[in-house]
Amino acid sequence: MMPDLGAYTTEIVSAYLASLSLLGVLICWIWLRARRVKRALAQVETRLKRKTHG
Amino acid sequence: MASLWEYANPVKFMKVSGFLLPLTAVLATASIGIGLVWGFFFTPDDFRQGSTVKIIFLHVPSAFLAINAWAMMLVTSLIWLIRRHHVSALAAKAAGPIGATMTLIALMTGAIWGQPMWGTWWVWDPRLTSFLILFLFYIGYIALWSAIEDPDTAADLTSVLCLVGSVFAVLSRYAAIFWNQGLHQGASLSVAPGERMDWAYKGPLYLCMTGFVLLFLALVLAGTRTEIRARRMQALTARERAQERGAG
Repeated sequence: MMPDLGAYTTEIVSAYLASLSLLGVLICWIWLRARRVKRALAQVETRLKRKTHG
Repeated sequence: MASLWEYANPVKFMKVSGFLLPLTAVLATASIGIGLVWGFFFTPDDFRQGSTVKIIFLHVPSAFLAINAWAMMLVTSLIWLIRRHHVSALAAKAAGPIGATMTLIALMTGAIWGQPMWGTWWVWDPRLTSFLILFLFYIGYIALWSAIEDPDTAADLTSVLCLVGSVFAVLSRYAAIFWNQGLHQGASLSVAPGERMDWAYKGPLYLCMTGFVLLFLALVLAGTRTEIRARRMQALTARERAQERGAG
């Protein structure tokens, strides 16, 4: 399955692994932050609604 | 036809981006997935670079976005400075970490490719150096946003930094032409006659570039949505505190 990369196997595989790992970290960070902020905003809105309506 | 400025309204932006985000995310995943599998498994070795040519499917799209993310930040920063639309400042803020990551990927893949091809990981070549400075500008831009508490002041100062950094974004793009020296070659994709890349490489490269652009779009939309929510939370918390103070 793995293509024959000759003498450059380490370079090519490490370039792919490093790039995809960085993209993965970026996507996870954006996704987790989005989830955290969304949840925190919902909590603040619920609290304020409860205060307004007694 | 609806005016472009309508999307500067956070409610309208959240509605439209809520629809666009999953669409761009799915298309980005498909394009990058197919492009990289095609490029890695099914492209022949180049007659000069050998199998290291496979690195261009990551290097060229990330370098392309490193520069164009800054261009997008420049446009949104100018919109903020001229028209004071908060969504545009928040979109610029959201693009910062994405552009920094793309620049880092471009620098890293370039170094990994350079070692076997040029015999060195790094040279103080005009294009490489301007890319490194662009990366430092990205880090400075992100740090400046986090360092200033008042969001409008932060947006003003980061917009000015973005204008200054644009010089290096332009230099990164045209350094090889301006100085006409250094190890880095000119544009990988050129319309000039005699400089045509074979379709065996162009096909997966175009697909990867499309995928990276769509990924950038999806991440900027997601990041901007988060920043809008964070700003709303900040405003509501401030209002809550003021009410408590008034009641006390």
